[in-house]
Amino acid sequence: MSDDTRDSETEGLEGKQVSDGRSHGAEERRRVHDLWVAGTEEPDWVATATDEGAQEMLPRELDPGLAAQRGVTVVDDYGEPTGLRGDELQILNMGPQHPATHGVLRLQLELDGETILRSKPIIGYLHTGMEKTAETLSYMQGGTNVTRMDYLSPFHNELCFSLVVEQLLDVDIPPRAQAIRILMTELNRVASHLIWLATFGLDIGALSMMLYGWRERESVLDFFEKVTGLRMNHNYIRPGGVAADLPDGWETDVEGILEVVRTGLGDYEAMLNENPIFVDRTQGVGIITPAEAQAYGVTGVNARATGLDYDVRKAFPYSGIEQYEFDVPVGQHGDTFDRYLLRMEEIRQSLRIAEQVIETMPPGDYRATDRKVTPPPRRRIDESMEALIHHFKIFTAGFDVPAGEVYQAVESPRGELGMYLVSKGGPKPWRLHVRAPSFATVQALPVMMSGQLIADVIATLASVDPVLGDVDR
Amino acid sequence: MAASGGEVADDPILDAVVAVAASAKVTVTTAGPVQVVVEVGREDYPALVEAARAGGFETFIDLCAVDHLAREPRFDVVVNLLSTQHTRRLLIKVGVPNEDPSLPSISMVYPGANFYERETWDMFGIVFDGHPDLTRLLMPDEWDGHPLRKDYRIGSVPVEFKATR
Repeated sequence: MSDDTRDSETEGLEGKQVSDGRSHGAEERRRVHDLWVAGTEEPDWVATATDEGAQEMLPRELDPGLAAQRGVTVVDDYGEPTGLRGDELQILNMGPQHPATHGVLRLQLELDGETILRSKPIIGYLHTGMEKTAETLSYMQGGTNVTRMDYLSPFHNELCFSLVVEQLLDVDIPPRAQAIRILMTELNRVASHLIWLATFGLDIGALSMMLYGWRERESVLDFFEKVTGLRMNHNYIRPGGVAADLPDGWETDVEGILEVVRTGLGDYEAMLNENPIFVDRTQGVGIITPAEAQAYGVTGVNARATGLDYDVRKAFPYSGIEQYEFDVPVGQHGDTFDRYLLRMEEIRQSLRIAEQVIETMPPGDYRATDRKVTPPPRRRIDESMEALIHHFKIFTAGFDVPAGEVYQAVESPRGELGMYLVSKGGPKPWRLHVRAPSFATVQALPVMMSGQLIADVIATLASVDPVLGDVDR
Repeated sequence: MAASGGEVADDPILDAVVAVAASAKVTVTTAGPVQVVVEVGREDYPALVEAARAGGFETFIDLCAVDHLAREPRFDVVVNLLSTQHTRRLLIKVGVPNEDPSLPSISMVYPGANFYERETWDMFGIVFDGHPDLTRLLMPDEWDGHPLRKDYRIGSVPVEFKATR
């Protein structure tokens, strides 16, 4: 870049500051940007949070509106804690490349010393337009797209997509396929919670937890690889059933997982539950109340930690999960420690479901017999020209889905994962909207973090388990 | 109240919702045991949402838009609310015309709608009046157009590989 261009760029920036009303009268300026260092003479140019347009923090004068808005509904402590505003008010940008933000989340924190007054999550760094992509893929291909959204719980994405399509298709899913779906999603919940535990431990300084968590999760992923061929992004659960039957000896593998993870859980709890540092850093940190959780659409463990008893598996059972016995643990404080306890218990409950699946796995087909959605068996392709054509058509043109608009939710490890499908007939969705649980959780972060110390940001953020692939899609 | 008569009357939850918005033109399209779908005009939409909240649908789940392109009104905004107490979902559909793509914001009723309305503005260009901070959420600030609209060109963005230039 030559010196000329650099000069002109600088000029452009200065010009911009004038043009978007940043240097009107002193009073005006103070109104718009109340972030100058108090106690000093009023500066000519007021430093703002960032010059990235919409990604600024709201001006304070607008924010009381926001605070009132939130105050009226649910939050009574959203505004700045009184007496904290000193001469050290500053904006700190955390992320999007910060290792503790679990991906590419950016948090704008307004700080007084080490205390957080306000915060603003800025997302979109991982936005890949998957909802738009979904409109260009057939229902047969759609699974490969959605499985990549929440990359820590691919089976839940696939299951949700399959269920929402099947709602319109009106096909009967054989009991074995349903049981396989439950087995895989519940094991996926175990894997997801384990990796959460690992990264959470890493973030708050329990480094050995990181190693143990990854190690135990590996045993689950090995099983996934054996069944689906892939460790992540499986495209295994498909409209109509699952892609393949479980391999021989799967019971032994799952029993192995049960044993390894159960032993591990005992070790983790022995290591963390009584650990004074762990307890100090998690108890009473990142609190959200039940009313706030509901109004912000926070679901899953994060909502249940507040005492809300809502689990999609119990409220709106899917794929035959109502046949299995399991409990939904509910907390009462809504803090980081409760979220930790709940996830540990959820692992146990998921293992309990997996155990029941082993005992009650029904025989039969692993996919629907409806030829509309199910490709012919491999051996038929060698014998029959029609079968070959059918197989070819189903994978190229796809199958038509009747027109309609439906919503379907499943309980992903992060909360209610929902999909809203609009079909106008034809082999591709007209619109597929994904209600991502992490999206709602990230939005509620300012509520949890207001008034806390900066070190608690890490603990709070890690404890709500956001997956940025899920947030941004 | 243009709600389709009998099925609503013996449904206490739905009654509570529709009754508060008595002046509203609310059409109940589906009244299943787990899910109720209602359609409402733009002018009655905020009243209905407030009534829904008062009527027990305390959990905000989702807000999204659908671009029907050739249809009039062109857009649908679908609000998805949940009552955990009654284990019931309420889907509210509002038509939004192409000439004036705007809708009152419900982020005053459900603060959770804040991000969802920003996303819908970002993706469909639907303006939510009264929203405290209606800016782009997922796309870059300087982005031109609203990608999830059906007439938005799908294509490739030229990528600058310097080695090939």
